[in-house]
Amino acid sequence: MRKVLAVALKEMRQASRDPLTLALLLGIPAAMLLLYGYALNFDVRHVALAVQDRDGSAGSRELIASFTNSTYFDRAADLPAGSNLDGVLERRLARAVLVIPENYARDLDEGRRARVQLLLDGADANTATTVLGTSSAVVADANTAILRKALPDQQLRTSRVIDYEPRAWYNPELKSTQFLVPGLIGFILMLTSVLSTALSVVREKERGTMEQLRVTSLRPAELILGKTLPYLGIALVAMGIILLVARALFAVQVRGPLLDLFATTLLYLFGALGFGLLISSFADSQAIAFQVGSVFATLPAIFLSGFIFPIRSMPRLLQWLTYAFPTRYFLVILRGIILKGASLAPYRRDLLFLTIYAGVIFGLAWFRLTRKAD
Amino acid sequence: MAAVETRHLSKSFGAFKAVDDLTIAVEEGEVFGLLGSNGAGKSTVIRMICGLLAPSGGTALVEGVDVARDPEEVKRRIGYMTQRFSLYEDLTVRQNLRFFGGVYGLRGVILDQRQAWAVSQAGLEGKEDLMTRSLPGGWKQRLALACAVLHRPKVLFLDEPTGGVDPISRRSFWNLIDKMAEEGVTIIVTTHYLDEAEHCRRIALMHAGRLISMGTVSQLKQVFAGRAVIEVSCPRLFEALDLFERHEDVLEASLFGSRLHLVVPDAGTGQRRALELLQRSGNVPARVEPIVPSLEDVFIHTIETEEASRTRGEQKPTEKAGSRVQRGVP
Ligand SMILES: Nc1ncnc2c1ncn2[C@@H]1O[C@H](COP(=O)(O)OP(=O)(O)O)[C@@H](O)[C@H]1O
Ligand SMILES: [Mg+2]
Repeated sequence: MRKVLAVALKEMRQASRDPLTLALLLGIPAAMLLLYGYALNFDVRHVALAVQDRDGSAGSRELIASFTNSTYFDRAADLPAGSNLDGVLERRLARAVLVIPENYARDLDEGRRARVQLLLDGADANTATTVLGTSSAVVADANTAILRKALPDQQLRTSRVIDYEPRAWYNPELKSTQFLVPGLIGFILMLTSVLSTALSVVREKERGTMEQLRVTSLRPAELILGKTLPYLGIALVAMGIILLVARALFAVQVRGPLLDLFATTLLYLFGALGFGLLISSFADSQAIAFQVGSVFATLPAIFLSGFIFPIRSMPRLLQWLTYAFPTRYFLVILRGIILKGASLAPYRRDLLFLTIYAGVIFGLAWFRLTRKAD
Repeated sequence: MAAVETRHLSKSFGAFKAVDDLTIAVEEGEVFGLLGSNGAGKSTVIRMICGLLAPSGGTALVEGVDVARDPEEVKRRIGYMTQRFSLYEDLTVRQNLRFFGGVYGLRGVILDQRQAWAVSQAGLEGKEDLMTRSLPGGWKQRLALACAVLHRPKVLFLDEPTGGVDPISRRSFWNLIDKMAEEGVTIIVTTHYLDEAEHCRRIALMHAGRLISMGTVSQLKQVFAGRAVIEVSCPRLFEALDLFERHEDVLEASLFGSRLHLVVPDAGTGQRRALELLQRSGNVPARVEPIVPSLEDVFIHTIETEEASRTRGEQKPTEKAGSRVQRGVP
């Protein structure tokens, strides 16, 4: 144990001697959270809306107001009646154009159906779909308001209007950052743990200090533990920082028990650190370790984990593949604890898989690093 | 009992034999030199004795302990300074010492004592808080040595300890080695600086994985007994080399920097004949002098003899092939 501490102390000294490494290990996670948190925000708000009001009536102004009063649209331009609409979307003056025809108000007053047109920039299909949804909602609200005004109270009360109030649980405002934060944690912890252990072992190989260590009475097991523990500690601190940043900036609160959260994270980290060690047992240069580490650790953590792409909408083959990587299970538990306020109890199966993964990977790494001289 | 012993030690990497049937015995308290050019197999031998590399054949014993059987026991008895001084450049002198002390299992007062001893031995007093990266080569080398002997090993392996170090540091380093040997530490050192062999009580010459000669320096020089070495300098060196190679009174001719060394049966006659030959071919001004053969002469002579006998063993003997290698065999 004393020798483990000697190694751990040395690792910490080297890490702290190198402010860049430390900043990378602790600062990068928070910076990434910031970056991805804002960049991966799938909510669409403040869409630039150009308006061509050919009617110019109180009624038409009311409709425009219901668009711009929702925070979804900002009035970007007014187009005079009769002007050519072709260039507006093309030149990106606006993402959407609302066209209100002549006689809009009169048609409504006289009980006829009024037609309103919305032109959308469909180049970014995701955004377009979302804008389409929000615009329909705005128009539906406007419709109800007009109906309320037109129909006598008696009739309105007796007409069977469905009171449709959809509510998304766990993430009531459907903020995508809420959903993304756990995924980011999974990805960031994987990246930093795999790279930090892999590089720290391979560096010793490269500089020849590994050879020196191997003739001391330091046992491989002691070396492995001494190299793992400091980075485990650093990763846990990084996790704490991420949670604080997520809370401060995106109002993501951990609703479930913190202890369960850290227990799960510990398990996940063991698998990740083990993977870093495993890479170090094959790689002979830091460059190779870095490449292998970033590819094999982070790609699955991004694409095969449900972080960005929902697993259920993946091709069957990829769905199966996700079972082979730990981030999938980690995210399920993390979302449960952070968003739903769950404890570990409902996630026994995912926990079991995380344990198996950590055991197998760490075992493999252990086997490869402790085997006899060849 | 020998402090270090190898018996028919061999190592192959694929079909390539890096070490071939090496049998040596090093006595306690001896400074034993393992000499050979780059790629001769010196590091491979040391790595096998230290238990870092499993031999393909044969055994290695340290103080009677078989490395294959009990590598941990061997590790407790040895210190090893790797070919590149393997220190942590981003730690201070003190931190390096404390770390290596820690992994050798030293602690408390004993660690403090050993550390103080190592610092004073290596002449690093007052430099404990310097960053290792910033130390000059000679200091790094002494620090590496200090780290390797913190646990008082009985046997010390030094793999090219003086590579890339200035001559003055090399000398003070050898003084340190001599002192440790006097205290009874057995030291096995590899080098390709032949002048350093003078510090070794005995040396083993390795070439292409094989042991080709072993003994004290004066014993090794016995290969020239009954013959003499003369040194030739003249303007057209290669022409002269060609000339001497074909001359039957010259047993062996080889290039030594900007000179030629000839092995001849008799110094006086050889000198006269060589000068005559050069003057006759107009290769003047020429100087020819008998010299005391250096270890390098011994080395080249022994290797050429060895290669010649192997070639003869493998090929059909050709008649006077004109190769100076073959002529080297008396
Ligand atoms: N791990 C290895 N794999 C393959 N070849 C090796 C290995 N280690 C050493 N060699 C080869 O064995 C030979 C002897 O190497 P080495 O013992 O380092 O020589 P020296 O120390 O005398 O310069 C060299 O030709 C080297 O290329
Ligand atoms: Mg070598």
